[in-house]
Amino acid sequence: MVVNSSVARAAQTEDRTRTLNDFKSADALFHSLTFGASVLVLLVMGGIILSLIIAAWPAMVAFGVGFFETTRWAVHAKPHPVMGVLAPLYGTMVTSVIAMLIAVPVGLGIAVFLTELCPLWLRRPISTAIELLAGIPSIIYGMWGMFYLAPFLATSVEPSIVAVFSHIPLLNVVFAEPISNQNLFNAGFVLAIMILPFITAVSCDVFATVPPVLKEAAYGIGCTTWEVMRNVVIPYTRVGLIGGVMLALGRALGETMAVTFIVGNESKVTGSIFSAGVTISSLIANEFAESDGLHQSALLYSGLILFVLVFFVLTAARYMLARGERKLGA
Amino acid sequence: MLKTISRAALVAAAIAFSPLPSFAADIAGAGSTFAFPIYTKWADSFKKETGDAVNYQGIGSGAGIKQLQSKTIVFAGTDIPMKVEDLKKNGFVQWPMVMGGIAAVVNIDGVKPGQLVLDGPTLANIYMGNVKKWDDAAIKKLNPSLTLPSADIQVVRRADGSGTTFNFTDYLSKVSQDWADKVGSDASVEWPVGVGAKGNDGVAGTVGQTKNSIGYVETAYIKQNNMTYVDMINKAGKHVSPTVDALQAAAANADWAHAPGYYQILTDQPGDASWPITAATFVVVYADPSDKAASGEVVKFFDWAYKNGNAAASDLNYIPMPAGVTDMVRKTWASDIKNK
Repeated sequence: MVVNSSVARAAQTEDRTRTLNDFKSADALFHSLTFGASVLVLLVMGGIILSLIIAAWPAMVAFGVGFFETTRWAVHAKPHPVMGVLAPLYGTMVTSVIAMLIAVPVGLGIAVFLTELCPLWLRRPISTAIELLAGIPSIIYGMWGMFYLAPFLATSVEPSIVAVFSHIPLLNVVFAEPISNQNLFNAGFVLAIMILPFITAVSCDVFATVPPVLKEAAYGIGCTTWEVMRNVVIPYTRVGLIGGVMLALGRALGETMAVTFIVGNESKVTGSIFSAGVTISSLIANEFAESDGLHQSALLYSGLILFVLVFFVLTAARYMLARGERKLGA
Repeated sequence: MLKTISRAALVAAAIAFSPLPSFAADIAGAGSTFAFPIYTKWADSFKKETGDAVNYQGIGSGAGIKQLQSKTIVFAGTDIPMKVEDLKKNGFVQWPMVMGGIAAVVNIDGVKPGQLVLDGPTLANIYMGNVKKWDDAAIKKLNPSLTLPSADIQVVRRADGSGTTFNFTDYLSKVSQDWADKVGSDASVEWPVGVGAKGNDGVAGTVGQTKNSIGYVETAYIKQNNMTYVDMINKAGKHVSPTVDALQAAAANADWAHAPGYYQILTDQPGDASWPITAATFVVVYADPSDKAASGEVVKFFDWAYKNGNAAASDLNYIPMPAGVTDMVRKTWASDIKNK
């Protein structure tokens, strides 16, 4: 027995080493697999940026800085084509801002209502409706927007807005006649509906991560629902909320199909959000198929600019988060 | 339960492993969206009759040519004929396949289809933004008996590049020097005025819901959407409606015999009965294709379509090519394409 046990102990040690080695190599494999997956993302991103830059190069050379100062989009102008990204860039930003101004408060409101105030029987139908909203293809939003929403807004809602603000300086420029049936505001409005599910779903999910004990404690010292949301839930979930909003903004900046149907596709910059405009993605969607040479290069250049724009938005969001974090001392 | 599953599996296996029916390689084409409905309909009947499959995708004329150049397809459909030198440079052969018309459509209270009449220069002036109101003297002069509102004309045009726009702007360039100098003709141009809508559907929809608007669509869409089309004064100074006869007259009056490479744009053709904005859609193939079998199949398909496809074309509001033209095309096939 005694002899046996020492042999067994030796065998055991060997077993143990082997098992540990197995674990180690499995871990190493796991590490390299996940590492590979992450590096792949960087490679794909780098590849996309590089190929965009190469494709956009002829347009960069041909138009230079003027590309950002020109609203004309004249592919066949004589003697030289004149193409500028100012109007689409402006339209992209205006429609996205309008969409965010509408969708963020409404989306947050829905999320707060669903997680804090909603009676149980109503929770299911509302969240299903929100999910359905996310499932509708964007071309359907485009069609619906063109045939029903845009004419309704342009004839029934927007004239009264113009009338209300007509004597207030600045606002009478933003909300001005003539009202185009397809305009920047309508596009922003449809975008707002499209990005609403992103904001709502993400907000609901992060609200659910707040430890109940925190909320209970706040309620326990006599806080109102508003105070609990304002001082406990929202600060606790700030990072997640901004993430959801940025996801939505990303979609709004890049949305193509729906906007193309509603924005009016006119290459101009006007102060009024009730006049037709164009966005970078709708411009590319409209013209890419029939483009070649410098025209195509200019379209890809616009795409690159959109890419950079989204990059800056995300960076700005990170920066804001980091600053907020420092302020809180966390 | 188990029995049903195993039986289903057996049937599935039987289908999966059974030899395919007489099978020639799918021939793939792409391009003109205008030609898409008729090419797919022909392909359907052609497959039923011969068992050979033709796959056509409407991705736009320019994109079709690009796909053909990169040899991912064996034929391209384009509404913008290629110039002879471009055909030569690429080693392409093209021919006209079927025709359609483009007409202006309006949405004005009290104006019925065919009641309003315009001539080319006035239409160009509307699209230039020179004629701004419906009761402008130039429009009134052409329509003395019609009461037109003193309302701003809402101009609607295509936002996407398209063969329809090419033919429309080509017509305006022919009838108005001002247009030719300032705007010109192409699949997409720098429009002086107007709101851009996507596709024929988009233009039809936008005109449909915008009071006092004018747009241009392919004639097939007028019937589908019950739109108020506008009659035109043609090159011969005659008042014509966008009917099948008027479109065919334009093609018959075109001088195909003296158009090398079939480079022929059918707008503003002579003849009392000719509709002024008529357009043909073209098929482009390699003169010396690398895949002879597939290319031979393309010719077989379009030959079949010339012979058997006219009824289907008319159903969809396309106009068949006159017999004189199809005879010429057959000779071109025999002499210019190396299928063997």
